[in-house]
Amino acid sequence: MPDLEKSAGKIANDIDERFGSANFVRRSARKVFPDHWSFMLGEIALYSFIILLLTGTFLALWFKPSQGQVVYDGSYVPLHGLRMSEAYASTLHISFDVRGGLIIRQIHHWAALIFVAAMIVHSARVFFTGAFRKPRETNWLIGVGLISLSIIEGLLGYSLPDDLLSGTGFRIAEGVLLSIPVVGTYLSFFLFGGQFPGEDLIPRIYTIHVLLLPGIFLALITVHVMLVWYQKHTQYPGEGRTEKNSVGYPFFPVYTAKAGGFFFITFGVTTLLSAFATINPIWLFGPYTPTQVSAGSQPDFYMGFLEGVLRMFPNWEIHAFGDTLSLNVLVPTLLIPGLLFTAMAIYPMLEAWVTGDHREHHILDRPRNAPTRTGIGVMAIVTWLILLAAGANDILAITFHLSINSITWFFRFAVFTIPPLSYLVTKRICLGLQRRDRDLVLHGRETGRIVRLAHGEMIEVHEPISEAERFVLTQHESPRPLELEPAADANGIPRRHILASKIRARMSRFYFEDTVAPPTPAEVHELESHH
Amino acid sequence: MTAAPRRVLAALSRQRRRKVAPFLLLLMCLGLTGGAYAAFAPSPQAAAATGVSAQSIKDGRALFRLNCASCHGLNAEGSSDAPPLVGVGAAAVDFQVGTGRMPAAADGPQIEKKRVEFTPEEVAALAAYVASLGPGPAIPDAEALDYADANAAQGGAIYRTNCAMCHNSAGVGGALTHGKFAASLEGVSAKHMYEAMLTGPQSMPVFGDGTMKPADKREIINYLKTIQAQPSPGGAGLGKLGPVSEGAVGWLFGLGSLIGAAVWLGAKAR
Amino acid sequence: MSDDLHTDPAGGHGHDEIEPVRTGELETRFRDPGLPAHIYRRSDIDPRAAKRREREVAALFGLSTLGTLLFIVAFFVIKPTDASGSEMLSRVGLSTKLLGLGLGLALFCIGAGAIHWAKTLMPDDEIVAVRKPMRSSDEDRAGAIEAMKEGAAGAGLGRRKLIRNSLVGALAPLGLLAIIPLRDLGPLPGDSLEHTAWKAGKRLMSDPAGHPIKPEDMEIGGVVHVLPEGIENSEHPLNDEAKATAIVIRLAPEDLDNQRPDRKGWDVSGIVCYSKVCTHVGCPVGLYEQQTHHLLCPCHQSTFDVTRNCEVIFGPAHRPLPQLKLTTDSDGYLVAAQDFQEPVGPSFWERGN
Repeated sequence: MPDLEKSAGKIANDIDERFGSANFVRRSARKVFPDHWSFMLGEIALYSFIILLLTGTFLALWFKPSQGQVVYDGSYVPLHGLRMSEAYASTLHISFDVRGGLIIRQIHHWAALIFVAAMIVHSARVFFTGAFRKPRETNWLIGVGLISLSIIEGLLGYSLPDDLLSGTGFRIAEGVLLSIPVVGTYLSFFLFGGQFPGEDLIPRIYTIHVLLLPGIFLALITVHVMLVWYQKHTQYPGEGRTEKNSVGYPFFPVYTAKAGGFFFITFGVTTLLSAFATINPIWLFGPYTPTQVSAGSQPDFYMGFLEGVLRMFPNWEIHAFGDTLSLNVLVPTLLIPGLLFTAMAIYPMLEAWVTGDHREHHILDRPRNAPTRTGIGVMAIVTWLILLAAGANDILAITFHLSINSITWFFRFAVFTIPPLSYLVTKRICLGLQRRDRDLVLHGRETGRIVRLAHGEMIEVHEPISEAERFVLTQHESPRPLELEPAADANGIPRRHILASKIRARMSRFYFEDTVAPPTPAEVHELESHH
Repeated sequence: MTAAPRRVLAALSRQRRRKVAPFLLLLMCLGLTGGAYAAFAPSPQAAAATGVSAQSIKDGRALFRLNCASCHGLNAEGSSDAPPLVGVGAAAVDFQVGTGRMPAAADGPQIEKKRVEFTPEEVAALAAYVASLGPGPAIPDAEALDYADANAAQGGAIYRTNCAMCHNSAGVGGALTHGKFAASLEGVSAKHMYEAMLTGPQSMPVFGDGTMKPADKREIINYLKTIQAQPSPGGAGLGKLGPVSEGAVGWLFGLGSLIGAAVWLGAKAR
Repeated sequence: MSDDLHTDPAGGHGHDEIEPVRTGELETRFRDPGLPAHIYRRSDIDPRAAKRREREVAALFGLSTLGTLLFIVAFFVIKPTDASGSEMLSRVGLSTKLLGLGLGLALFCIGAGAIHWAKTLMPDDEIVAVRKPMRSSDEDRAGAIEAMKEGAAGAGLGRRKLIRNSLVGALAPLGLLAIIPLRDLGPLPGDSLEHTAWKAGKRLMSDPAGHPIKPEDMEIGGVVHVLPEGIENSEHPLNDEAKATAIVIRLAPEDLDNQRPDRKGWDVSGIVCYSKVCTHVGCPVGLYEQQTHHLLCPCHQSTFDVTRNCEVIFGPAHRPLPQLKLTTDSDGYLVAAQDFQEPVGPSFWERGN
C-alpha cells in the first residue's frame, strides 16, 4: 500500500536524520545467519531469560520481601492461624488470591529450570563443536560466568518464598559458610545480619535477585549476543562453506521470523507446561521454621550436583591448634565447584596451548573428529550426572526400593570409575566413526545388493557417496602430536621452559596420538587404479 | 445338502477349528485350574466372633495359632524371627494385620504392606486375643477418631515437626537407612494413622497419648485428610516428590519439546 | 581382482564446480563442490500449494487469537476468592489451567505461524556473505599504535614518576571504601554460637503443641521434639529455636549400656535428650528409627547411634550430636540440668574440639 510505504518512509527518514541508521539497516537486514537446529539452544536460554524478566516483574508487584512474622488468615485454610513470614504469606496470596498469580509463578519457576538446562545443553554444543576456539574464547568465558551466576540466581529465587524446603537450603548454606576457615562465622553473621535465620536474609537476597544479578545478566547477555553478531556465527562444515564465508539466510525476513517465532514458541511451551504441571507447591511445604524438615529435601536440579558431593563425601574434619577445618563441607561445596568452573573457563586456552593452534576458526568441528575433546566433554557430563543422581539418593531409594547406604557407597565408587570409562568408550566410538567415514569415502556406501560376477565371485555393490558428503567427511584437519623439541637448539643454546614444553608435548600426544587421517584424492585414485 | 454347501461347510468348519479352537481350549484350561484352586486351596479358618468377647478371644487364639505362632511363638512369647506380642495391645494388631503387613511375607529390610489376609471380624478376634495377653494400647474408639472439628492447621504444624522428616511434607513417604522406608500415607484410614502413632510400628517411634495427646493426633489426621482430599491447584502433582521430579519433567518435557521445536524450525520444508 | 564395484561416480545433481581431477596432478584434499542446487518447495512451484500454506499460517494466527480470548474470558469468569476451602482450590486449579492454556496457545501459535510462514513461503535461498578476518588491517593497527603512543607521550606518565606513584597510591586504597561500609551488615559472632536458650531448670516443652513432659508420660521407643519453655517470648524466637531445638528419646534400660562414662546420669529413666541441629550443615535431625536406635538426618544421611551418645556411624557429619543433661523439677516435669556443654550445629573454625 503506497500509504503505508509513505508513512514508513517518513518514520525512517526521521530516524535516519537523527541517527544515521540507514547504513546499519542496510547491512543488518541482509546479514547472514547460518541455520541449524543446534544453534537454537542458546536462544532457548535467551528467551527464557526474557520470560523470567517479564514474569518476575509481575510477581514483584505483589511479593513482600520481609521476614516479619504474621499470623495467616488468608484463603488457604490448612495454614490458618499459623505464624509465618510476610514473604511466605504474600507468596500464598499470589498463588491463591491474585488471578493469574499461580500460573505466572509456575511459568517463572519452570522458565528458570529451562533457562539453566538450555544453557547447559548450549554450552555442551559449543564445547563439542569447538566453537569456543579463537576468536570466541571471550564469549565462552562470558558463558561460564552466565551459568555460574544463573545457579546462584535460581537459588536465591526459590528461597524468596521462605518455605520449609528452601529455608532448609539456606540452613545448609549457613552451615557451608560457617565451615570457611578464619572468616566463616563472620561471613555468616554478615549475610544473615546475625544469627540464623535472622530477619535480614530475605530482603537482601531479594535485592540481589531482582536488581543486582539481573543487571549483571543483562550486561553479560548483551555482550554475549553482540559478540556473536559482530564475529558472525560459526557454521557446520558442508558444501559451499569455508572459513572465509558465512552461508545461511538473511536476517530480515527469514531469521527475524524464525528467531522471533521461536521466542513465542519458547514462551508458549513454558506456559503450557506451567498450565498442567505443578512446580514448587509451597503451601504443602509449610512456612520455614528451623525445627522442621521434610524427607526428600533437594535443591532445584542445577544445585543437585553440589548436593550429591555433599552427601557422598567422607566425614573428614581436621582439628589442630584449637581450630576446626571442615573438609567434609569445604571440599564438596567450595573446592570442587571452584575447580569445575575454573576448568571449564580455562579449557579454550588450555586446548589452544596444547594444540598450538592459534588460527581463527569459523567452521565447526564434527565431534568425532576431535575424539579427545569429545571424550573429555562426555566425561565431564557423566561426572555431573553421577553427582546429580547422588544428590537424589533418597528419592532413588524410595522409588526403586534400594538401600540409601548402598546407593551412597555405589556413587562413591562410581564417580571415580565410570567417568574414565566413559572417556575411553567415547574416544573409541569417535575413532570408530572416523574410520567408518574413511571407509565411506574409499569404498562408498553398501547397498545390500549382491551381484554374482561371471566367473562366480559374489560381491556387494557399493555406491559411491555424493561429492557433497565426501567433502564433509574429508574437510577436517587431522593434526599430528607436536614434536618434542631437542633440549638445545641448533647453536647449542639450551631452550628455556623445558618442563612446560615437555608437558605440552605429552598432552599433545594425549590429544592426537590416535588420529585417523581423512583419505586424500591420491588414496582414492590409488584404490580405483587397482580395478 | 448339495455338494457345494457341504464343501463350504467343511471349509468353514476347518477355519473355525483353526482360529477359535486354541482360544477355547485355553479358556477351558484356565477355568479348570482356577476352579480347582478355588475349591481345593486352603482358606484361612473362618471365625464367627465380633467384638471383645470370650468367644472372640478364643477365635483369636485359634487364628493366632494357625497364622502367627510359627514366628511369634505359641503364646506370643516371640522367637528369633519375631518379637513378643505380650503388651503390644489391640491397636498394634489392628494396625499390622488390618493393613496387611502381617502375616509377614518374604524377608526384606522391613515388613511391607500387602493384601489384607483376614476379614474385619478375624482381625478383631486376633486383636482381642493379643490384648488379653497383657495390657496395651486399645483400638481407638469413635470419639478418639472424630477428627472432623480438629484444627487442621495446627495439625499441619505438629505433622511437619514430628512426622514430615520421615513421611515427607505431603505424606508420600521417605527413605530411612538400609532399605527401610517410611510408608506413604495416601489412602491410609484415620484409624490406622492413629494406631500407628500410638504403637510405633517397626522403625516408627511411639507417639504415646502421654506426650502426643489424642487431640493432637486428631489434628494431624485432619490435616492429612484435608490435604489428601484437596485438589492440586497447580496441575499434575508429579508425585509430590519435589525438585527431583520437577527437574526431570523440566528437562524431558520442557527442554525436550523445545529442542523438538528447534529441529522442526531448522528442517527444510517440502 | 576388485572387491567392490563402483557405479559411475560422475552422477549427482547439477552443480557448478568442477569435479576433482583424477588424472595428472592430484590435489591433496577433496575440493569443496560449492553450494548445492536449490531444491524448490511445493509452494515455490505451485501457487495453489502456496495459498494452502498461507491458509495454514493464517489458521495458526487465528488459533492464537482464540487463545487470547480464552485467557480473557477465563480471567474474568473464574473467581477463586469468591469461594473457600477445596472449592477455592478447584477454582484456582481451573483458572491456572485455562489461563495457561489460553496464554500458551496464544503465544505458541504466533510462533508456529511465523516459523511456518518463514519455512514454507519466505525465500529459502541460501545466501553467502564474506567473512573478513577479525584481525584489523596493518594500516589500522599502525594508526592505533601511533595514536596510543602520542597519547601516552602527552600524558607523560613514563616521565612523570611522581604523578604515577601518587596515582597508584590514591587508587589502590579506594577499593577499601567499597568494602568498609559493609561492616554493619551484621554483628560480630562473639560467643553467641556457644550458648543456647537452654538453662538449668528450663522445662522441656513439646514442639509445637507446647505440653510439658513427665518421664512416665513417655513410652519406651517414644520420641518428643522439644524446645525450652518460654522460647516463643524471646526477642528473636526463630533464632533461639534454631539453636535450642532438641529431640527427646526414651531408650530401654538395656540400650544404655554403651553410654560414655562422662555422660552417666545425663538421662532420666532412660530418657535422653540430644540437639536436633545436625553437626554437618545444620538440618534438623529428626528421623528416629525405633528398632535400630539410629537418628538419621534427611538432608545428607548422616546417621547417629543414640545408644552410643549419638556417635556418627554413617554419612558426612563428623561430630556426634551434643547431649543435653536432663533432670526433673519439683513437679516431676523434665527440665534441662544445664545448657549444652559445646556449641550446637555445624562445625566452624573457632570451635576447636
